[in-house]
Amino acid sequence: MRITLNGDPFTIADALTIHDLLAQLGIDPRRVAVERNFVVIKRDQYGRTALGEGDQIEIVNFVGGG
Amino acid sequence: MDPFVIAGREFRSRLIIGTGKYPTHQVMQQAHDASGADMVTVAVRRVNVTDRSKESLLDYIDPKRYFLLPNTAACYTAEDAIRTARLGREVGLSEWVKLEVIGDEQTLFPDNEALLEATRVLVKEGFVVLPYTNDDPVACRKLEDAGAAAVMPLGAPIGSGLGIQNPNNIRIIKAQARVPVIVDAGVGTASDATLAMELGADAVLMNTAIALAQDPVAMARAMKLGVEAGRLAFRAGRIPRRAFASASSPTEGTIAALHR
Repeated sequence: MRITLNGDPFTIADALTIHDLLAQLGIDPRRVAVERNFVVIKRDQYGRTALGEGDQIEIVNFVGGG
Repeated sequence: MDPFVIAGREFRSRLIIGTGKYPTHQVMQQAHDASGADMVTVAVRRVNVTDRSKESLLDYIDPKRYFLLPNTAACYTAEDAIRTARLGREVGLSEWVKLEVIGDEQTLFPDNEALLEATRVLVKEGFVVLPYTNDDPVACRKLEDAGAAAVMPLGAPIGSGLGIQNPNNIRIIKAQARVPVIVDAGVGTASDATLAMELGADAVLMNTAIALAQDPVAMARAMKLGVEAGRLAFRAGRIPRRAFASASSPTEGTIAALHR
């Protein structure tokens, strides 16, 4: 299945949740926020939110800034 | 120093500093410590999904000691700023946002129309909005009317180090505002921070002046002292300016002959 991840095309297995995707990428869910098709997904919903074909996913964290 | 309160939250320090541009995370950590700040700004950016080796900024900021203020830097539309604010809330689990909507790449001056629009939307969603704005008293009043928890007029362009370019506007903004006024951006050295505080600003926010100083840790301490000095001087009440001298020593009892 193809999605867009942080602006780039990305291929994932079918029937993955956001929780699965983060685990696959080695990302600590407590340090990031996830947006699916322009809607922020709450952390406690990661395990219940399945990814769909063509989804636009943004995964962001805090970096240095002013 | 007298405590500084925004939206019911009390801070010990009136200096708010950034987390960007430091030579290393370790230097940043030492500079934060030297500054005495208890609120630091952070940016919200895409995670590098291919290279997970990089250290996380949050490993170098103790959340018990520093309140994190996510910004919407580099957003050029209200929509992008709103999305970024919502994402920042989810990372940091706080409603606070330093709201930036930039209108010009070269000056990084704010787009006040879009800023106002984003402020209205985010206030309605329960955010504590701290907008970075022009040093324009009318723009500040509109942001305040829209529900901003503080207004953050720039002293000079971001990262320019030019100091307070229009001191009288800062004074007017403070005189008219009912919310805290934070001078955000443009500070170059400690006396700039002092001046901002002497003009009546409630706090000063800076990043580059500390992070890119030759010795960021020493500059952080200088900024701490500069902000404290300015606040004390403001509260102490300065003497009026006068054109001619007023002798400090008695004019009577001198052995010198009158020279007239």
